[in-house]
Amino acid sequence: MNRYLSAGLLSLLLLAGCAQQPEAVKNQTEQDAAAQQAGQDANGQTGEGATPIAGSDAEASAMQQDTLSAEELLAQPDTPLAARTIYFDYDSAKVDEDSMVLLEAHGAFLAENGNVRVTLVGHTDERGSRDYNLALGDRRAQSVRRILLFQGASTDQIDTISYGEEQPAVLGHDEAAWSKNRRVELQYQVK
Amino acid sequence: MNKSIAIKWIFSGLLFGLSLLSLPAQAVITIEITEGVEGAIPMAVVEFDSASLPLKLKTDVAEIISQNLNRSGVFKVLNASKYPEQPHYSKDVVYPRWRSIGQEYLVVGRILNKSGGKLDVQFQLLDVLKQKQLLGYSFPVRLRNLRTTAHEISDLIYEKITGTRGAFNTRIAYVSVHGQKNRRYVLQVADTDGFNPQTILESDQPLMSPSWSPDGQSLAYVSFENKRPEIFIQHLATARRSKVSGFRGLNSAPAWSPDGKQLAIVLSKDRSADIYVMDVASKKLRRLTRHRAIDTEPVWMPDGQSIVFTSDRSGKPQLYEVSLNGGSPRRLTFEGRYNTAADVSPDGKRLVMVYGEGGQYRIAELDRENDNLNLLTRNKLDESPSYSPNGEMVLYASTLGNKGVLYMVSRDGRSKHKLSDQQGDIREPVWGPFKQNRQ
Repeated sequence: MNRYLSAGLLSLLLLAGCAQQPEAVKNQTEQDAAAQQAGQDANGQTGEGATPIAGSDAEASAMQQDTLSAEELLAQPDTPLAARTIYFDYDSAKVDEDSMVLLEAHGAFLAENGNVRVTLVGHTDERGSRDYNLALGDRRAQSVRRILLFQGASTDQIDTISYGEEQPAVLGHDEAAWSKNRRVELQYQVK
Repeated sequence: MNKSIAIKWIFSGLLFGLSLLSLPAQAVITIEITEGVEGAIPMAVVEFDSASLPLKLKTDVAEIISQNLNRSGVFKVLNASKYPEQPHYSKDVVYPRWRSIGQEYLVVGRILNKSGGKLDVQFQLLDVLKQKQLLGYSFPVRLRNLRTTAHEISDLIYEKITGTRGAFNTRIAYVSVHGQKNRRYVLQVADTDGFNPQTILESDQPLMSPSWSPDGQSLAYVSFENKRPEIFIQHLATARRSKVSGFRGLNSAPAWSPDGKQLAIVLSKDRSADIYVMDVASKKLRRLTRHRAIDTEPVWMPDGQSIVFTSDRSGKPQLYEVSLNGGSPRRLTFEGRYNTAADVSPDGKRLVMVYGEGGQYRIAELDRENDNLNLLTRNKLDESPSYSPNGEMVLYASTLGNKGVLYMVSRDGRSKHKLSDQQGDIREPVWGPFKQNRQ
């Protein structure tokens, strides 16, 4: 339970700098620092200091498998694994291409770390009726689940929950708030 | 629904403020009149005489009756400051005085001392034009039940004049949310005017979708207390509660069957949200819909033979009806991109729903006999419509500033009243059934 909570807390903290495009740019300096830190931990793979590209980074994390535990991998900032929120269009459960790249990394990570569980928590914006939104949040979590399974995760690693519109990430009654609330959050637990 | 003939009138607040001062401290909701109706029946309710009592009453029976009748949109109760006289018995009424100021009906009454610690509340409903009594009743009541008596009197007056049973002496349930960071969810039951709120359940996790049992004794609802949506049934008087559905995935949108023996619920244990029917006693499940689309928000037709629900099987959420005997669901709504969260009128002839079009979510009523769609509201984020048990009013939630607030609108959309909350963000109101102990 403690682990669950801390993973949740971690994902909340990481939310602040999660991998939507604008934030990635803003985080450039943090990224450099993180790259240096990673260089000490691992085998100098991250020493180039270049902006990591999601696909190659997934490979990098696979290569680091021998030396880093699942917990350590999850704790690394500025990797696709550090991005734990997937955003959606209005009344849609379709995952866009950018999110797909992130989910490929998460799916591969789950496939390689059988001791890791993830809870997919679906949310919606406030518009329309609450019970429909609860079902829509569920559908969003299900569509993320399907992608993770396709990437090699196993069914017993994944749990889904929906909170519908009950727990917005951002308060407000405009598209700026709504776009942040239509989401699925990945909450990891390491057993 | 011609807006130009609906005159807007704001109750001066003075009358209202005064009545507030005299109310018990636990009252959290008050009614604010936002729109009135031209063409409503003019009448007067004279303050009840309580001079013979040894105590000073806080509860103003005449005021409660006046508020109720105004809220219905059927009546327009004259402001008490305009009354030509203050009679308390029919024999004291000088009818021409009331006729000359255009009043059609008059209510007079008094509250007397009765032995055994009871009060005797007497009232008479008078027809001003015919100069005769239409109703006369005497209620022996305890002081703490005085408000309830005022609602009962309102019901009798309403029924006598309109021929339709009044629904003032019923209750509403809703969820209120308190606090920003550490949210507290409170399931509450209150009188239809918002008074006498009682807390049914409090939780730091979301509470959703209250549904009244048809006998008014229990609520089914969704609680996230175990960090996932599960359905509970709670008996109100004893607070005894039990979890009835906790499957993987969704357990949501409970709706009692008219006979109280079954619960329509939404489960996604088989991956897509579908409607199931649960036998409440045995917990046995029967799957009613089977589609990869979202099927949710079931509501029973009054005959218990079919269920209306929301489905996005056409691509956008619309209302459908499916027979309990199975068969293909039939689509009911075609106008508007988004039609959800239906409630069915007691006669089954009308549906209210959330109607979303052009970025606005409003309450609309569908007349099933001619397929006319009538918009009842015009805010941006209206939801959770619920019929009064007589089908004459619709209770719903809207957003004002950053808070959820409750409104009532007459079924023709002409009269609208806000129930404003002093504490919290209110949502998901649902109107309870008629009380069953009526003689």
